[in-house]
Amino acid sequence: MTAADIRVAILDILHDIAPDEDLSGLKEDVPFREQLELDSMDFLDIVMELRKRYRVQIPENEYTELASMGSTVRYLEPRMKDIAK
Amino acid sequence: MYDTIIIGAGMSGLAAGVRLAHFGRRVCILERHRAIGGLNSFYKQRGRTYDVGLHAITNFVPKGTRTGPLAKLFRQLRVAWEDWALAPQLGSAIIFPNAILQFSNSIEVLESEIRLRFPKQIDNFRRLIASLHDYGQFGQSGANRSTRKVIGEIISDPLLAEMILCPVLFYGGAREHDIEFDQFSILFRSIFLEGLARPLAGIQRILKMLASRFKEHGGELRLRAGVAKIAVKGDSVEKVILEDGSELEARNVLSSAGFAETMRLCNESQPDDQPDGRISIVESISVLNAPPRSLGYDRTIVFYNDSETFHYEKPEELIDLRSGTVCSPNNFAYPEPLDEGVMRITSLANYERWASLDKESYRQAKRDWYEKLVASAIRFVPDFRAAVIETDVFTPRTIHRFTGHAEGALYGAAQKRHDGTSHLKNLFICGNDQGLVGIVGAIISGISIANQHLLK
Ligand SMILES: Cc1cc2nc3c(=O)[nH]c(=O)nc-3n(C[C@H](O)[C@H](O)[C@H](O)COP(=O)(O)OP(=O)(O)OC[C@H]3O[C@@H](n4cnc5c(N)ncnc54)[C@H](O)[C@@H]3O)c2cc1C
Repeated sequence: MTAADIRVAILDILHDIAPDEDLSGLKEDVPFREQLELDSMDFLDIVMELRKRYRVQIPENEYTELASMGSTVRYLEPRMKDIAK
Repeated sequence: MYDTIIIGAGMSGLAAGVRLAHFGRRVCILERHRAIGGLNSFYKQRGRTYDVGLHAITNFVPKGTRTGPLAKLFRQLRVAWEDWALAPQLGSAIIFPNAILQFSNSIEVLESEIRLRFPKQIDNFRRLIASLHDYGQFGQSGANRSTRKVIGEIISDPLLAEMILCPVLFYGGAREHDIEFDQFSILFRSIFLEGLARPLAGIQRILKMLASRFKEHGGELRLRAGVAKIAVKGDSVEKVILEDGSELEARNVLSSAGFAETMRLCNESQPDDQPDGRISIVESISVLNAPPRSLGYDRTIVFYNDSETFHYEKPEELIDLRSGTVCSPNNFAYPEPLDEGVMRITSLANYERWASLDKESYRQAKRDWYEKLVASAIRFVPDFRAAVIETDVFTPRTIHRFTGHAEGALYGAAQKRHDGTSHLKNLFICGNDQGLVGIVGAIISGISIANQHLLK
């Protein structure tokens, strides 16, 4: 998956978690916590959705890498490059 | 072999099931009754569908709100706002002799009522709000503080203190007289700082959504499948034995049947943790030939008490006529009106008294006490009796029969099991006995125990 694919995948997960949010204006480098008021339960869900959908394992001490869209894509790119879309 | 067997298809069991099935666990929910819902079910009688539990969903916040229990629940269960289509209350009231406090989903209404009726108390009332515990602190303080004591120290007019306690105890008091300040904080927030709402289609809509989500994700739901025994080996559950004698194995068991009831299934003798007696209720439903509004009644819920002191206790008689709640499901801000007018009256009741009646006296008592209950309530709401076309009553005995909760208890054990664990390493507890009561509380309980212990 390319960075663009990963971005779409994350948007899809966010849309499932918060179906009423308008994600079109989501900013790259503003934390999800600020933009969508996601809490630790939600971050855990993003991690679990990634594992369920793409079998990527994210160790607990690296959850903080998922802070914003930008940091998430940068963190996941090397880890998901061999995964088919 | 299942990953998890869930005992009970009430709100908490279903919510836990949705979480586990969504993340690919092999889950089976076993429900003794032939319908789902537990304390919050619905039934059909003479062509009408009645909700058992639902007066109102608490914790209501407007669409778009991102924080608080309801928003959390929606995200965790992947619910879109329109899935529940909650309609907010029109306005409710607490009515005591010579004092009425109206409230709505905006705390300003209650504050201005207090300013008018109890001008010296408004600052104290604000102090009480400021001293409420946060949701995040729930179950952590361990302080076990008495709410009567805390309120007594802050609110110096006893009548106001009683009026504030009345709705909170009715909507979540597991034991007589008093409630832990932690629980009080959660309930106060859920009723007064957030608010009350109802889906147009009643509880069915929520139950059907939970059950169909669960099944879509591959979950197995078995009705008429009561658990008779939890077989224990060493420090774990070995298997679950159903009432029909069949046996099922699972790595984990999550029970929403109640803590004491679950211990009984394990053959553990339980010290009675409920020396104060359990709180149960009776509810009458009156179907009207016109909307309550046409009779001059547009309140959503009225909490009433006929003296200055509110007695939240198991009555000596079958029913305690001194206090109660009146709810009209019509009086929510729906996009379209309900088909028929309904008035529901709930009062405290004595389980043993109802349970000891033989069949004919039970029927007769239901008829007699319906009349008394309504006669008591119309001291506080318009007399709707001439408009009644159909009635039904359910009692602590009904609640016991359909949920298995000892003594028809409404809000579970007084002593909550906040961490959801038990004496066995793969047996967990969710629902009313874990800590959170009410519909939203039970759902949050199922979600959080599933997350903490079963989705690792
Ligand atoms: C009349 C009434 C009015 C209410 N009004 C409101 C309201 O307006 N707003 C609100 O928020 N809350 C209300 N509540 C409270 C709310 O309904 C409960 O707090 C909530 O539904 C509890 O859910 P639960 O999952 O913890 O337990 P339950 O609903 O009791 O679920 C437990 C389930 O386990 C099943 N079970 C038990 N033992 C076994 C066994 N051995 N084998 C298999 N299955 C078993 C039972 O049949 C039941 O279905 C009301 C309750 C009642 C009774």
